[in-house]
Amino acid sequence: MKYAIEMLHIRKEFPGIVANDDITLQVKQGEIHAILGENGAGKSTLMSILFGLYKADLGEIKINDKKVVINNPNDATDHKIGMVHQHFQLIENYTVTENIILGKEGSFILNKKDASQKIKNLSDKYGLNIDPDSVIEDITVGMQQRVEILKMLYVDANILIFDEPTAVLTPQEIDDLLDIMRGLIKEGKCIILITHKLEEIKAVADRCTIIRRGKMIDVVDVKSTSQSDMASLMVGRPVNFKVDKKKAKPTDPVLEIKNLNVRNSKKLLGVKDFSLTVRAGEIVGIAGVDGNGQTELIEAITGLRKIESGTVTVCNKDITHLPVRDRNEAGVGHVPEDRQKHGLIMDNNLKDNFVIKDYYHAPFSKNSILQQSVMKEYGQKIIDTFDVRSGEGLNSLSGKLSGGNQQKAIVGREIMGNPKLLIVVQPTRGLDVGAIEFIHKQIISHRDAGNAVLLISFELDEIFNLSDKIAVISDGRLMDVVNTCDTEERAVGLMMAGVSSKGDK
Amino acid sequence: MRAKKYKELKSNNFIIAISAVVLGLLAGALLILLIGQNPFAAFWYILKGALMNVRRIAMTLAISTTLMLVGLSIAFAFKTGLFNIGASGQILAGGLAATTVAFAVDLPHVPMMFLIILSGFAAGAIWGLIPGLLKAFFNVHEVVSTIMMNWIAYWVVFYFVPAFLKGPSLETESAMLPYEKTLRLDWLTNIFDGSNYVNAGLFVALFAVIVIKFIMDKTTLGYELKAVGHNRYGAEYAGIKVNRSVVLSMMIAGGLAGLAGVSYYCGYSGKIQIGVLPTQGFDGIAVALLGASSPIGVVFSALFFGLLKAGKGFMSGNTLVPPELADTIIAVIIYFTATSVMFRKFWDKRFKKINEKHNVYKSDSNDIEEDK
Repeated sequence: MKYAIEMLHIRKEFPGIVANDDITLQVKQGEIHAILGENGAGKSTLMSILFGLYKADLGEIKINDKKVVINNPNDATDHKIGMVHQHFQLIENYTVTENIILGKEGSFILNKKDASQKIKNLSDKYGLNIDPDSVIEDITVGMQQRVEILKMLYVDANILIFDEPTAVLTPQEIDDLLDIMRGLIKEGKCIILITHKLEEIKAVADRCTIIRRGKMIDVVDVKSTSQSDMASLMVGRPVNFKVDKKKAKPTDPVLEIKNLNVRNSKKLLGVKDFSLTVRAGEIVGIAGVDGNGQTELIEAITGLRKIESGTVTVCNKDITHLPVRDRNEAGVGHVPEDRQKHGLIMDNNLKDNFVIKDYYHAPFSKNSILQQSVMKEYGQKIIDTFDVRSGEGLNSLSGKLSGGNQQKAIVGREIMGNPKLLIVVQPTRGLDVGAIEFIHKQIISHRDAGNAVLLISFELDEIFNLSDKIAVISDGRLMDVVNTCDTEERAVGLMMAGVSSKGDK
Repeated sequence: MRAKKYKELKSNNFIIAISAVVLGLLAGALLILLIGQNPFAAFWYILKGALMNVRRIAMTLAISTTLMLVGLSIAFAFKTGLFNIGASGQILAGGLAATTVAFAVDLPHVPMMFLIILSGFAAGAIWGLIPGLLKAFFNVHEVVSTIMMNWIAYWVVFYFVPAFLKGPSLETESAMLPYEKTLRLDWLTNIFDGSNYVNAGLFVALFAVIVIKFIMDKTTLGYELKAVGHNRYGAEYAGIKVNRSVVLSMMIAGGLAGLAGVSYYCGYSGKIQIGVLPTQGFDGIAVALLGASSPIGVVFSALFFGLLKAGKGFMSGNTLVPPELADTIIAVIIYFTATSVMFRKFWDKRFKKINEKHNVYKSDSNDIEEDK
């Protein structure tokens, strides 16, 4: 059997961790080959080796049965390998054409006209619907991704790598992308799709290589393998897709928001006359399309943004104008949306990060002197309880952890602080099923311990899975609060779009 | 027999600093060769000029003292996410305040020393406070505001010294401070064979190094400052008062540079001149970089740069190599420290090979034991 590309017995070690241990990947011409694995399983490392960003310690790469050496991305391009990175590599204020020809300008005098025409032709051929002259910052995220695809097509790449391509897309954009991928295959390209979303693999992929903890587990035929089989191969045990939880037993109100108005960064009202109560022992999910005031609402509750008017109380304590630390002490825990910007100090180690909300008081410090041994013990407890995996344990820099483990570290720190009100924003964004299951369980057990949880998520599945009540936000206003058990996704979806269920305007 | 526990070799800041120094000296040697001189002779004369006798050692230590305090100031600012390029102005502010207080107040020697040290620190801290406030509340970048503060200090000295502190003869500098109003110590001068350059500032500097190291490593304050330095959004999210931290960092950094001014103007020279923006403010950046912004690293890099600066005159007196060459070497070393990633990669590769060799050997011997 001849393969378009083969990676044979690849091994790559980082300090303290074997990222790839004897992994073999074989991709046929004209297939979509998925690589499935948990966060930190070694998918991205493997692809970085193929793309020349890392050098493998052992193993070899063959293209059409010929051994090749790829030392840098330019080599990869020469071998017709292209990659769409998770974070786009585009210059915001350049046009599509300028971005695509960047680094391949050729002569000293730019010939943008020809390039632009070529891009137009490619766009038409593959149905990408991109105007070569539009500026990147003016186009949607989905279109930016298609520009990345065009970049690969422009240099006539044959092997296209997609690294978590759907993480940033809306459901409609995901459908479009999957269609585009099918189109690319028809034209004879082959695609390597890195993902941990099983539905997508099921929808487009032909075969799937499953990686767990740096080792290759299996190569399966997608059509004949069920989603739950793939999930258990990936995680190493059977996985529950539905979260088991008992009926909520709400008691006293913990969070009470009354007539809240908050301005957004453009100085306009982002949250308008918003009132909501979250009781101990229940999870209230806020459903809404991204950018409808959720960020402003959370920042207002947690003290990162000034409140224009209205009140916020936690456990009967008015926290409307208190600084962040006083709110933390009043019982607010917060798993932030942006784990790299807010959640962790990436250049600090885990031990320091675990006490970032508590370092100033006993037992973590005495007379302003940090108590390292207490910090270590406490940190180790979080690592053990929440299964945070890292190269060097407590001494690992947070930035070196995989996304899933960073998130587990944050969730662990917040739950360990035992807050009366836990605010979780997008808690499982970009995580694999194993980590999602784990984090969901933790959130529910925090509820069951008699605490209030406020959940914000842009994924309706997650909202429905976890919440006892759903509050729908649209354009900064509360549309309605409904009980999860007697609501359909469709009704919530309509409210998210601003169509009120109560019939008022 | 049990094998000794093998410690894996890893690159560290010390090895990287040494690599930069060696390459800097090599580049200097090349330059000396290009002007047709003998580099070994030149380096020998630098060493001799800096260490030949106790008086010269005293000079080296005195120059290092100022560099150490400035380096510490800039290193501290780096660690807390700030670039203090205004050490020159803070040196002037500290020196001017200390000199003024020394002339205005009459006290016995020891309390006097404490008073001028305090006033120098306070003036430097104020010179850091203003950029700190501007940064915290108006988001003015500290590089811009501290440079402007440099010139404010420069012109304040320019006006203040002739107007109030003028000496009997020269318009351009203050009167010489009498012994009991300086940081000079008779017993120290005696140890160093009558050199009155070396002064109590050296002890102030070493003490400051220990205090700063303690604050950064052990205290909640250091924890806060570092957290803000690494990621102010993350710190703010956790409830740390970011603005307060920024202001405090700049004040401490300014105060440390102010101390450098005290040691220089009230110890090393005993008077303050107008029309000079002290270059130590910028040399301190080099000291901090080579010392990897760690307090202990700063001590050694300040001593090293002090040695080059103290010995360069002797070198040019005895060879045809110009004294500017020593500064060129410093500059080259800075280029090499700035590219420390390169060294780190180089040494990591090297050490990995050595480690692997050792591990292979170790696992072989394990196999043999198991076979038995």
